[in-house]
Amino acid sequence: MDANLFTSMLFATVVAGTPLIIVALGLLVSERAGVLNLGAEGMMAMGAVTAFAITHHSGSPWLGVLAGMSAGMAMALLFGVLTLTLMANQVASGLALAIFGVGLAAFVGKPYEAVALQAVPPIRIPFIADIPLIGEALYNQQLLVYFSWALFWGLLWFLYRSRAGLVLRAVGESPASAHAIGYPVIRIRYLAVLFGGAMAGIGGAFLSVFYTPMWAEGMVAGRGWIALALVVFATWRPLRVMIGAYLFGGVMITQLFIQGSGLQIDFPSQFLSSLPYWATIVVLVVISRNVNTIRLNSPLSLGKPYRPDA
Amino acid sequence: MTHPPASIAGAASNPRLKLSGISKIYPTVVANDRVDLSVRPGEIRAILGENGAGKSTLMKMIYGVTRPSAGQIFWEGQDVQVTSPAHARSLGIGMVFQHFSLFETLTVVENVALALPGAQALDELAERITEVSTRYGLPVDPRRHIHALSVGERQRVEIIRCLLQDPRLLIMDEPTSVLTPQAVRKLFETLRQLSDEGCSILYISHKLDEIRELCHTATVLRAGKVTGECEPARETPQSMARLMIGKELPHCEHSQAAASGEVRLRLAGLSHAADDPFGVDLKDIHLEVHAGEIVGIAGVSGNGQQELLRAISGEEPLAERFPVQICNVEAGRLKPGQRRKLGLCFVPEERLGRGAVPGMALADNALLTASHTQGLVRGGLVDAGRARAFAERCIEAFKVKCGGAGAPAKSLSGGNLQKFIVGREILQAPRLLVCAQPTWGVDVGAAALIRQALIDLRDRGCAVLVISEELDELFEICDRITVIAKGRLSPARPTAQTTVEDIGVWMSGLWPGAETDEPLAAPTPAESLHA
Amino acid sequence: MLELEARAEPSRLMPWLSPLLAVALTLVGGMLLFLALGKDPIEGFRIFFLNPVRDLYAVSELLLKATPLMLCAIGLAIGFRANVWNIGAEGQFMLGAVAATGVALYFDGSQSSLLLPAMVAAGALGGALWASIPAFLRTHFNANEILVSLMLVYVAQLFVSWLVFGPWRDPDGFNFPQTKMFDDAATMPMLLEGTRLHMGFAIAIGLLVAGHVFMNHSFTGFRMRVAGEAAAAARYAGFSASRMIWAGLLAGGAAAGIAGMGEVAGPMGQLTDKVGSGYGFAAIIVAFVGRLNAFGILLASLLMALLYIGGEQAQQYLNLPSSISMVFQGMLLFFLLGSDVFINYRLRLRRRAA
Repeated sequence: MDANLFTSMLFATVVAGTPLIIVALGLLVSERAGVLNLGAEGMMAMGAVTAFAITHHSGSPWLGVLAGMSAGMAMALLFGVLTLTLMANQVASGLALAIFGVGLAAFVGKPYEAVALQAVPPIRIPFIADIPLIGEALYNQQLLVYFSWALFWGLLWFLYRSRAGLVLRAVGESPASAHAIGYPVIRIRYLAVLFGGAMAGIGGAFLSVFYTPMWAEGMVAGRGWIALALVVFATWRPLRVMIGAYLFGGVMITQLFIQGSGLQIDFPSQFLSSLPYWATIVVLVVISRNVNTIRLNSPLSLGKPYRPDA
Repeated sequence: MTHPPASIAGAASNPRLKLSGISKIYPTVVANDRVDLSVRPGEIRAILGENGAGKSTLMKMIYGVTRPSAGQIFWEGQDVQVTSPAHARSLGIGMVFQHFSLFETLTVVENVALALPGAQALDELAERITEVSTRYGLPVDPRRHIHALSVGERQRVEIIRCLLQDPRLLIMDEPTSVLTPQAVRKLFETLRQLSDEGCSILYISHKLDEIRELCHTATVLRAGKVTGECEPARETPQSMARLMIGKELPHCEHSQAAASGEVRLRLAGLSHAADDPFGVDLKDIHLEVHAGEIVGIAGVSGNGQQELLRAISGEEPLAERFPVQICNVEAGRLKPGQRRKLGLCFVPEERLGRGAVPGMALADNALLTASHTQGLVRGGLVDAGRARAFAERCIEAFKVKCGGAGAPAKSLSGGNLQKFIVGREILQAPRLLVCAQPTWGVDVGAAALIRQALIDLRDRGCAVLVISEELDELFEICDRITVIAKGRLSPARPTAQTTVEDIGVWMSGLWPGAETDEPLAAPTPAESLHA
Repeated sequence: MLELEARAEPSRLMPWLSPLLAVALTLVGGMLLFLALGKDPIEGFRIFFLNPVRDLYAVSELLLKATPLMLCAIGLAIGFRANVWNIGAEGQFMLGAVAATGVALYFDGSQSSLLLPAMVAAGALGGALWASIPAFLRTHFNANEILVSLMLVYVAQLFVSWLVFGPWRDPDGFNFPQTKMFDDAATMPMLLEGTRLHMGFAIAIGLLVAGHVFMNHSFTGFRMRVAGEAAAAARYAGFSASRMIWAGLLAGGAAAGIAGMGEVAGPMGQLTDKVGSGYGFAAIIVAFVGRLNAFGILLASLLMALLYIGGEQAQQYLNLPSSISMVFQGMLLFFLLGSDVFINYRLRLRRRAA
């Protein structure tokens, strides 16, 4: 493989992995608090279309990202009201959010389907971007790529070093015990769900404003679901989310490069395109095979409704 | 070995805590009805009452977990509203919960930090934990994860967590149900030491002997109301029982076991590594249960009872056939349904969610295990009429108070649901009945009925195996008793030839000829008492 | 302030009232949406909700639309009752369509009356086969069936696209991504002269009845309900968990596959890359709104079909994107999930102590 090809594939892999990292780390936080939000796909779709529309009207991608984040949070709030206040089933509500979000995004996004945005120039970090092979790929990137790294480090500190993170983990393990020693379980879970929504919104915004940049119905293409799978794959640990996300990015990019390379291989492009989905399934199988790994690592109260008796 | 409670250090002073007219009304029940209560500095006051009398609810209000519907709380003379557990702790109130409020996947020091105000440096905190634990004889390693601790150790963590905040009132909710008799004595020493230092203690229990041994005063609750106050040292168990349940303690008719019949259950060297990472491995278990006898398995919870029950019931099938033999069939690899066909019936420990489906009608719950023995299914379709009739038979025979066979299981009280489940299993005329915690959390009347039903079943020639944490219960109904500790089973002894003291020692794994694979040989003095 | 208070016993009325409440709230929400979009809400209501039932032909179109929904939903409900979350009905629907198409193309020109039954069987088999992947991975490797069945929707879509762009493309079809039109022998007979309502509707009604008997009167149905409500109780009673998973997924896959067959052998008359039109996802909503109950599913599928056709009407007459029907569908499910809180709780006005 020649050096240029390597650099451009690495660059593309990082870009493809970034939305997955942002969304999956957000979901990880809400799942650590014990809330399973299957609506990631819907939150991402709403984040994507809102960010695109606002960027288009205001001309500012950053205003767009902010709007996308708010849209994701609004969707998460809806989910929170249903599952945390009204104690609806988390699985059913998550599915509803996914279906609703994708539908609403298609609806509001209709007028923007033919619109193009100006590409946002990357931010080049002086000196280290000059490192051969990897410099251009890693340090001449979109701001949100750097944001995803900051998010990772911040989350590591939060979960394992801060008191708030300890409380979050405690709530996710046993809301009844946390309530008994005096923590506001529902409020903490709301915050965690909103954080998940915010990250899903930013992840969606990255897709429509920076990655493609355009809006089309169905453009999220299952990334919300893949992010959910990544959290399981990562056994609820941030470092493994990073590794998993880049692995996925790699799979997506490799199949795109093969399709685009003009290599005359006798393999239908549709089968190549289905690789990331198969990869998700394989990864789930590999990690779920050992029941104990999941039991030991998953937040114990995940998906179970909790209501303190007043 | 009964110590008469010493006099109270601050006997003359004002009450530290005073409740006046406290009520708690839920939509379904009145949990507490105008309760008055006071406790002075250094006083150990028992809150006595049977299951469902409203003891735990009352304590949760003092600790700020729930709010009273009416009434006032005075703390050191001040009228206060305890708004949260954190508020209670800042006042100087600590509580040790019956079902611990610990987090399994966190370490001891992390658990303690969660209950303390402000950010804590974990290293410093670990030192303070060690300090307090030595001072009060509560050994525990601050760096270990909770899931790796025994039940007794977990209780010590809860107590230490309270002590670190220098409480002036300590609430203990049924603390001895998870301890061996020897560990109970050690706990009492700690509590007396605290009392001498001026700490008030509210001690919730339904065990009359313990209260007489430890407590200066007692408040008795029945159906949410205060029915009396007394000085336990001056009372007899009978007089306190009358206050508690309003009548004499019921007793079981218990004749000697008929001559032992054939072996209905044989465990022949049962070993099984737990699938659950937090589980206990079963190690080389031998036991025979004969027709016409009741065998009891004693032990502190978390020593392999769950795993043993699952291995017998078939919920956790084994790799080999021979270790579990039911009615002379090697059944180790059979599924629960196949074992039932051999004549096994089983009453599990959890009623709601395992023994019965909460949202389903009793008729449907009858179908859960009796479909085959009672012919409730024909051609793949459910015969709803017969299922209903069988449920009604259980309801009538076991005096289950409910809204009929159509009532959902979750609408029944704990005692009534347990009567229904026991009835469902017994009316199938089992050849072998395995019963876990038959009267756990059940009122006295229902408990007596269930125990009598087990004895009657034995007299009809059934083999009965009972697993219970209540030693008194086992001594009351069993013909032979054995002990489970750390996944091993002791030899069985005829009940008449053993004592509560002996069984208590065995519960820490120290029976004659016990094999140990852990360094039990050189424990610290306190460890050997608590383990 | 308003507070939720637990009911002593779950309400017996609310499980039936709450879908009605949800429908009412959806209507109100819809009117507000029309207002917000600057449309006359009364006119919008007429076009969206009354146009689809204005005459017999319109009603037949409604039933036609409801057919795949009720088929997919009854299959899903069987699984959902056992907490088997098959959300890949969309993919199983497509695979059913592919299998039926395969039979139709293979026996192209045959006039046998066995051809259609064979296509129905192939459709059921195709859907069940696709659903057996998550079933196998769940029972053998504990892999979450939600994520696996969903991933397989994307794979199925790409697979269909490969077929109609590649080996199965109609050589006389001007390069459109579609197969040739099926022969008459491979097309569903009509139920009503002059409409598009076909045999598939009768099959769907038959399966609803069968599903009802299975879920409410068979012992297997009972065991699946136990598994769904209390997994530990099912283990205690000795009901095999993996058998429940297989039964739930295969039932869902087979029913969705038949629905897919009904589309290609019914209104479409061929396989195209647009065969998956969201019925599999909408059926999730149908199953919930219908309370996982056969009769409820019948009503809910009609309601959802109304929303679909209403969306098309809104596109035609109000110049709104047809995806507005998805917005309505989502609202409906949200309102239902929210209303369900009143099954176990009631609202109470309480004054907060000072």
